[in-house]
Amino acid sequence: MTSLPTPAERAGGKSLALLIDLDTCVGCHACAVNCKEWNTGGRFGPLSDRDAYGARPEGAWLNRVHAFETGEEEAGRTVYFPKNCYHCEQAPCVTVCPTGASYKRAEDGIVLVEEELCMGCGLCAWACPYGAREMDPLAQVMRKCTLCIDRIYNEELEEVDRVPACVLTCPAGARHFGDFADPASEVSRLVRERGGYAVMEEMGTAPTARYLPPRVRPRETLAAVEAPEPTDTPGRFLAWVDRLLSG
Amino acid sequence: MHPALSIILFTTSSGAGYGLLFLLGLGGAAGLLPTSRGFGLAAFALALGFVTFGLVSSAFHLGHPERAWRAFSQWRSSWLSREAVAAVATYLPALLLALGWTVAGDLSGPWRLVALLTALGAATTVFCTAMIYRSLRAVPRWHSPWTVPGYLLLALITGGAWLLFLLYLFGETPPTPLLHGMPSAVIAAWFVQTAAWRRADRAAPVATVESATGLGPPGSVRLLDPPHSEANYLLREMAFRIGRRHAAKLRRVTVVSTFALPLAIGLILPFVNRLTALPASLLAALSMSLGVVVERWLFFAEARHTVTLYYGARSV
Ligand code: SF4
Ligand code: SF4
Repeated sequence: MTSLPTPAERAGGKSLALLIDLDTCVGCHACAVNCKEWNTGGRFGPLSDRDAYGARPEGAWLNRVHAFETGEEEAGRTVYFPKNCYHCEQAPCVTVCPTGASYKRAEDGIVLVEEELCMGCGLCAWACPYGAREMDPLAQVMRKCTLCIDRIYNEELEEVDRVPACVLTCPAGARHFGDFADPASEVSRLVRERGGYAVMEEMGTAPTARYLPPRVRPRETLAAVEAPEPTDTPGRFLAWVDRLLSG
Repeated sequence: MHPALSIILFTTSSGAGYGLLFLLGLGGAAGLLPTSRGFGLAAFALALGFVTFGLVSSAFHLGHPERAWRAFSQWRSSWLSREAVAAVATYLPALLLALGWTVAGDLSGPWRLVALLTALGAATTVFCTAMIYRSLRAVPRWHSPWTVPGYLLLALITGGAWLLFLLYLFGETPPTPLLHGMPSAVIAAWFVQTAAWRRADRAAPVATVESATGLGPPGSVRLLDPPHSEANYLLREMAFRIGRRHAAKLRRVTVVSTFALPLAIGLILPFVNRLTALPASLLAALSMSLGVVVERWLFFAEARHTVTLYYGARSV
């Protein structure tokens, strides 16, 4: 059913998605690799590649880490920008799907593709402004981030492991997962405190996922980091040592 | 956007077919077209041939053509599904009308209703095709008020050009509304095409790399490193780029072969004898069909998707 759930059906439902901290992400691509790893073996796998060990490997990934530069001179910085499906509230990828393969779940807002229904037309990938959907080169069906639905509700796993693979693996703790509809959730709190934002909202997609912006470093901190000068006024102990040695 | 041959052939061929069906239905209902068996047979064979060739070639675009039947299910939300439903539904009155035209040789009474339904079905199908593109906000070049009139008019004039040729081929005199209406329709299509290009060239960007990343505040945003070293589905499908010079040249080809030449021919047709009219109308139909293929290629090649903002584009 590719009509989006009605507001009545969504009422009381969760809005699960990721929150990515662009201040802490170090651009190591571990999330992308573990995403690929889990999803090629999990319930929705395989997530295939073509010419995987050849000169031109190419395959479907559900998470990609871009690197941007922003700002000039000393205010300039590198920002690693992991990107995967934002599980949009007004997901255009869902409504365009002619077969009923793409759908948005009313109970938690997760956007999924039912592989057996997908005819591989690619229209949903055109409709997503963010490039969050990729065609599986061998299976010829559309793939996208499932928020690791086969982990987060998986009772076979320890409670602590019931999070998306990317969140679990991030060594910098830059990825958070939670319910954005619940104002008391950790992700909602972080969004409030750190000014979390969604991207390209002008596309009318109402993305659920958010980014936490890089923190602005005060100029003095930057200067101190750049030029650590020896201090002119040593403490009393150091002054005594200094006197002793120069004496 | 990647100009896939299967989709270009689908939209141009089925466009011509539905344009022809539309005119056959309308002209038939109005009693303006000859009911001779030979003409009927040829006209419907050509129209349904164009439509069927288009639909079959569109199936080549699918990863799983054997699941295409599922595309009839989501007409509540999806324009592609609506198009599929309309395309198949149009076969019913169209085949019935073909039967009436060639076997019964009579287009009065209830046949008139069948003819009108054929015209309605044909127009609806092309409208749905256009809406697939029109509704995609991620491709601003397509998300334009000119997309739907463009598709409808190009289908109409290619269908009209082939209808004129068929009439001359069977020694019939084209009805005056068709003969006089064609040049105006070509001019209208030309106008819409020009307007669509102007808008595409001048419209303010709808999204920027700053809005796509939210990293604007400290300054302008540049791509430092792409996320992968090799091509991927997104880049091949949505980051097709065509040089400005080529685009300009191909636009001129489109203008001459879709609009200017067929318009000139259309204007002289009423004044020449059949011996001249037959090859001239064939030339017009062929030139126009070729021109529409070039136009459709550009429609894809010039269109930019917002995903390119994550791969180095500054604005879309
Ligand atoms: S990010 Fe793209 S694929 Fe994910 S829900 Fe939004 S539009 Fe659909
Ligand atoms: S590729 Fe599959 S999921 Fe996407 S629109 Fe086509 S049928 Fe639906």
